[in-house]
Amino acid sequence: MMDYEVLRFIWWLLIGVLLIGFVITDGFDLGVAVLLKLIGKNDDQRRVMINSIAPHWDGNQVWLVTAIGALFAAWPTVYAAAFSSFYFVMMLTLFALFLRPIGFEYRAKIDNDAWRNKCDWALTIGSAVPAVLFGVAFGNLLQGVPFYFDDILRLHYTGGFFDLLNPFALFVGLFSFLMLVNHGATYLQLKTEDDIKARSERISTLLSASCAVLFVLAGLWLYYGIDGYSVTSIIDTNGINRTTEKTVVISAAAWFNNYAKWPWLSLIPILGVLSFMVCALSSATKRHLLAFLSSAVALTMVIATAGVSMFPFIMPSSSMPAHSLTMWDATASQTSLQIMFVVACVFVPIVLSYTAWSYFVMRGRLNEQHVRDNSHSLY
Amino acid sequence: MDIVDLSRFQFAFTVMIHFLFVPLTIGLTFILAIMESVYVMTGKTIYRDMTKFWGKLFGINFALGITTGLAMEFQFGTNWSYYSHYVGDIFGAPLAIEALMAFFLESTLVGLFFFSWDRLSKEKHLIVTWLMALGTNLSALWILIANGWMQNPVGAQFNIDTMRMELSSFSEVVFNPVAQVKFVHTVSAGYVTGAIFVLAISSWYLLKGRNIAFARRSFAIAAAFGLASVLSVIVLGDESGYEVGAVQKVKLASIEAEWNTHPAPAPFTLFGLPNAETQTTDYAIKIPAVLGLIATRSLTEEVKGLDKLKREHLERIIRGQEAYVLMQQYRQGDKSAVTVNRFNELRDDLGYGMLLTAFTDDVANATPEQIAAAVEGSVPQVWPLFWSFRVMVACGMLMLLLFILAFWHSAKRTVNKPKWLLKFAIFSLPLPWIASEAGWLVAEYGRQPWAIGEILPTHMAVSQLTVNDLLISLGSIMVLYTIFIIIEIWLMIKYARIGPAALHTGKYDLEHAATELKGD
Repeated sequence: MMDYEVLRFIWWLLIGVLLIGFVITDGFDLGVAVLLKLIGKNDDQRRVMINSIAPHWDGNQVWLVTAIGALFAAWPTVYAAAFSSFYFVMMLTLFALFLRPIGFEYRAKIDNDAWRNKCDWALTIGSAVPAVLFGVAFGNLLQGVPFYFDDILRLHYTGGFFDLLNPFALFVGLFSFLMLVNHGATYLQLKTEDDIKARSERISTLLSASCAVLFVLAGLWLYYGIDGYSVTSIIDTNGINRTTEKTVVISAAAWFNNYAKWPWLSLIPILGVLSFMVCALSSATKRHLLAFLSSAVALTMVIATAGVSMFPFIMPSSSMPAHSLTMWDATASQTSLQIMFVVACVFVPIVLSYTAWSYFVMRGRLNEQHVRDNSHSLY
Repeated sequence: MDIVDLSRFQFAFTVMIHFLFVPLTIGLTFILAIMESVYVMTGKTIYRDMTKFWGKLFGINFALGITTGLAMEFQFGTNWSYYSHYVGDIFGAPLAIEALMAFFLESTLVGLFFFSWDRLSKEKHLIVTWLMALGTNLSALWILIANGWMQNPVGAQFNIDTMRMELSSFSEVVFNPVAQVKFVHTVSAGYVTGAIFVLAISSWYLLKGRNIAFARRSFAIAAAFGLASVLSVIVLGDESGYEVGAVQKVKLASIEAEWNTHPAPAPFTLFGLPNAETQTTDYAIKIPAVLGLIATRSLTEEVKGLDKLKREHLERIIRGQEAYVLMQQYRQGDKSAVTVNRFNELRDDLGYGMLLTAFTDDVANATPEQIAAAVEGSVPQVWPLFWSFRVMVACGMLMLLLFILAFWHSAKRTVNKPKWLLKFAIFSLPLPWIASEAGWLVAEYGRQPWAIGEILPTHMAVSQLTVNDLLISLGSIMVLYTIFIIIEIWLMIKYARIGPAALHTGKYDLEHAATELKGD
């Protein structure tokens, strides 16, 4: 069997990979749906946008389902703590996500302007809310969450719903929202023609430039305004979880300790900012594939930056720092991690290959004529 | 209502609504794959139209399957956080594998199923449809492995340092006999649901004299597929009864309202009115020896009644009480060999000790009354199980009769099927749903008071939320689901009425009306 600490590290990476898979694939679905009313000026244009993601959004959403499933399996205590502490954030995300299958699948089934307008709003809200709330959740993780464990490791959350909507978390929420909308705009550049494509180019130029700025501002805010966490005792990274038995201190700029220790890690956020800039330039100069790819790289770097800054923390506790959850002491058992690792090694490549094939089958740009000609078979 | 009741109600509501859509998805994917196979083999376009039309109805159903399924994945963490912590090491794995192995396949290919008719060759599209059906069925497999483990938690061990169950044998979890039997029983029930759905709507077209060729072919496929499936549900249901008899004796005794242990072989109570006060079943009609045969497959082994089971529970609760106290001492720092050894002797009864926490915070000094209350609470109420089981079986028998008749008439290839048969088929439409919901009630309510059988009581599994949190979330979910279901049923009826004319091929009845309705 592989070493427990190696498995723990691999699972930290794998959860990151699944989250990145989610923001890259489902991220553009969310973005496209948010832009629906902004870019699509009439029903045909909106149908072009919807049909650009119609064959894929469902498969893409499974990245989220898988990420949550993997969280449950690999970090059960984190899953339990995060989902119950962020109760209403999770419920709102869920309610918003409810609207998407209905908006997509039922919109075309009734040919009535008022109904389609309602579905457009359902899609827009159903996508905008999660895009913001994912950022809000990360913003809260970076600040620590008020929770503690009792003697039988039952979790008690001591904050309220509105504590989660603090200024920094909302700022990260705005950043995540714009980032995903931008990603949607780069996807539309690849999949559409004429008006929609031109509008997407303009929006993406503006948004990715703003994202570069917001990313830097978030970093500055984190450095000057948000205390970080560090473990001061020695965690037995190869031993069983002793989640509540470490010592943790809270101090200013502690989220930057890893960059001081391993300076090359700074490349990750730097690459993130650069990718946003490349995305802005390539959208402005109509290099569509480059715009999409650089947006994907930027998303990857943003998630990686959050992970690396907090490493080894996953969910710090602000009210009882010693009870913070880290990727060394909040994991599943060694047996479980090992089995799940083997499963992931077999199935992730298979998933990637048929996903790639499905995009290949549905390749090409869509236009208004095409959706008009296929009004009974497309969405 | 306290948070435990509300959490349970929220879970029961969301899962029962979810399961309105699941069996139809499981069944229809297979029927679509069969129809499309006939199309590819014969080249007759009517079979392609059948695949596309029933596919449209499948899509309407599938959207809500996804919507309500997502809620399930969130809920273990949001509302059952101690559960997630306590058994996530085992329970999380099948859920993650389900997503990775099955749900990805199903969801990616469902997009191609709908949108790649013009882009793929016939054969490739057929492969897509079959893989979609495979994904759906594999999904069910992993979910039922997870659920089977809640019923019969094998291959796991308690770890006092991490305060949770940990995986000791993955193969035991996967090949858990309860899970395997449940899987085949549940997917077959899904096939029956799909078959009745197609059969009932086709019968309606036949009764109205519309799209006769289309409806007759759909009827034939549904009748054959349905007959095979309903037989397998019943045979595997019996197998399920045997497994329950082996590992979930309380559930079996409650289903049968067996208050007192009967000398072997036990009779089967066909009908009666369970009376919890007198601990007897009034007006019982019993068939000698049949229960003994179903549950033990022998005439000499006894089936334990609730009286005997409760006496066993009392012993286990007393041992569990000591285990719980030792566990607390250990957690507070007493790690002496005496404590550890004694705890390990009693470890298997820790869950029974936890039952006491519903009645007192001070488990060490539980009064005899509190212990007696825990014993009383260690078995579920009898009447919901007794009745839902019989409702399920009655629906199953009616469906068996329907499919025998439908298959007989479709095999005879008579031009006009008798009207009474068509009406029987139409009125049978709700049966598979009633049977499924009743069956799940037996499975899940019959597990009470346990979240994980004999390991973790339901009342301990919840998140530490407030009553207000739960009222708000539950209220919102109920409002949203009600709206969604109204839209869904409305669309389903609208498209079922339009029929294959919704495809706008120009070949079917009511094409004109469909255009006027601006079908889609």
